Amino acid sequence: MPWVDTVLQGLLLGGLYALFATGLSLIFGVMRIVNLAHGDLSILAAFLAVVAVETLGLGAFAALVLVVPLMAALGYGLQMLVLNRLLGRGILPPILVTFGLSIIVQNTLLEIFSADSRRLDPGGIETASVSLGGQLAVGWFPLITLAVAVAILAGLQLLIGRLSLGRAFRATSDDQETAELMGIDNRRLYGLAMALSLAIVAVAGVFLGIRTTFTFASGPDRLLFAFEAVIIGGLGSLWGTLVGGAVLGIAQTVGARVSPGWGILTGHLVFLAVLLLRPQGLFAKARRVA
Amino acid sequence: MVAALALAAAISLPAWGDASTMRILVEFIALLVLAQMWNLLAGYAGLVSIGQQAYVGLGGYALIVLADDFGANPFLAVPLAGLVTAALALPTAAIVFRFRGGYFAVGTWAIAEVYRLLIANTAALGRGSGRTLKAVFPLTRESREVTTYLLALAVGVAALVGVYLVLRSRHGLGLMAIRDSEPGSETLGIDVFRTKLAVYVAVAFGTGVTGALVYLNLLRISPDAAFSINWTAYPIFIAVIGGLGTLEGPLVGAALFFLVREGLSDHGAWYMILLGSLAVGVMLVYPHGLWGLVTSRWDVRLFPVQRRVRLDGGGADP
Repeated sequence: MPWVDTVLQGLLLGGLYALFATGLSLIFGVMRIVNLAHGDLSILAAFLAVVAVETLGLGAFAALVLVVPLMAALGYGLQMLVLNRLLGRGILPPILVTFGLSIIVQNTLLEIFSADSRRLDPGGIETASVSLGGQLAVGWFPLITLAVAVAILAGLQLLIGRLSLGRAFRATSDDQETAELMGIDNRRLYGLAMALSLAIVAVAGVFLGIRTTFTFASGPDRLLFAFEAVIIGGLGSLWGTLVGGAVLGIAQTVGARVSPGWGILTGHLVFLAVLLLRPQGLFAKARRVA
Repeated sequence: MVAALALAAAISLPAWGDASTMRILVEFIALLVLAQMWNLLAGYAGLVSIGQQAYVGLGGYALIVLADDFGANPFLAVPLAGLVTAALALPTAAIVFRFRGGYFAVGTWAIAEVYRLLIANTAALGRGSGRTLKAVFPLTRESREVTTYLLALAVGVAALVGVYLVLRSRHGLGLMAIRDSEPGSETLGIDVFRTKLAVYVAVAFGTGVTGALVYLNLLRISPDAAFSINWTAYPIFIAVIGGLGTLEGPLVGAALFFLVREGLSDHGAWYMILLGSLAVGVMLVYPHGLWGLVTSRWDVRLFPVQRRVRLDGGGADP
């Protein structure tokens, strides 16, 4: 029974990882770049929520109303003012600029908020749980996280599949030049994609901050877990991302149960195993492009 | 001529300089070599790794295991540590070469974390608290410092000459062709995979030697410090600010890096924020870096690796 519980916790943790992974996957899908500042920007969102809670007296969930639009605006600005200038200059500039951004965000957070660890207090819900019979119980908060992740993935699926913005996303993803010829304004589209990505990342960062403590240095791990969830699930597959997050989450909780130091490492090792045994991921949509 | 004078001054430094100057110079040389290695990997071979800290950490740990556990001479263990990291680079390449571009960058970072966590969970390597290099204890402090410094100088010169010779060779030309167009160079008969793998392993060797050198200088190693992302961030900032894809760029960048770091040493992490912003600014506005700015004004090349057509002689400058 304890093992069933461990797996269940890991599965729910996967919901959080899927949130991180979705933003990363969206950006790569639309413009073929990997945002190395992804994790640090999620931690920035968590710190913004801390500020909103402390200065405005908002609850942790209510802070989302401020943090999500703020991060979306930041994403739009970042893409329009910085990343769009790097279009057509090869793979190196976007990698280096987003990496530089990661280091800048991390060290700025260190200077402003010190190295102390923080946590967002949602007012009791983080400890409330629902019994599943027997000795099994799951926390309300992990359940809500998973539900939010599923809702965001479903919304994104709908947007990409049905709406004209989604059609434009798919078109530029398939062929940038032709999409441009068809009258799609790539630059503005990329701005919207980055805004959407950082809005999702903001939700992920705030949920992370409610679930566990975080510091200025928590970002890189978030990027790595997001990346691993994307690769395990299979590039270009939105629902695969959810499965990838769940596989990673289960690997980490089971590993940590065996030996406390082995949680994250087990996650990495399962990622490597999937990579070696099934390089296209569990749910690859198409030929591997990364 | 300038280089010969600088080298003579550097070699004779132990006779007239003090220990702290030598320690700082060892650090300077280490960062310079790391920047040259990263530059060769990313600026020439197009393999943009964010995980080179893996080889710094592995080199440092290899030094301590070779010297303390296997009884090797600690100074001889520095190049040997490079061989260990080069050997580990082969299976690592089998994994990270599955990725391209941005995902290659994150993949190398993930692998560096795997190495860090494996070492942090190994009792024989001191787990999270790390180990101390004991093999140098019988030596006097002065002879250890002077030998370390001269070894660093030798590593620095060897790295510079090594990278220069690689770039001037046929393989160097192949490398730059790969960076510019992989399918194109493949059709010209360049074995893209083998060339990239050779560079990756050679850079792992150079990075591992430097890691060993760093910890011969510091004597104390821990997984968090040895596998810190800063071991990749510093070289990237140095190479990008100085000028990617040139040999002179990292020299200029390393000098600026030390100026900024020492100048802001009382202001916490601000030097990293400033250097990061400089690197981002350079990428946006002037991707050829400071050295590119110099060569666009004046026709100076300290290490000419370009091949230029000479109209008077009728042949190409090799």
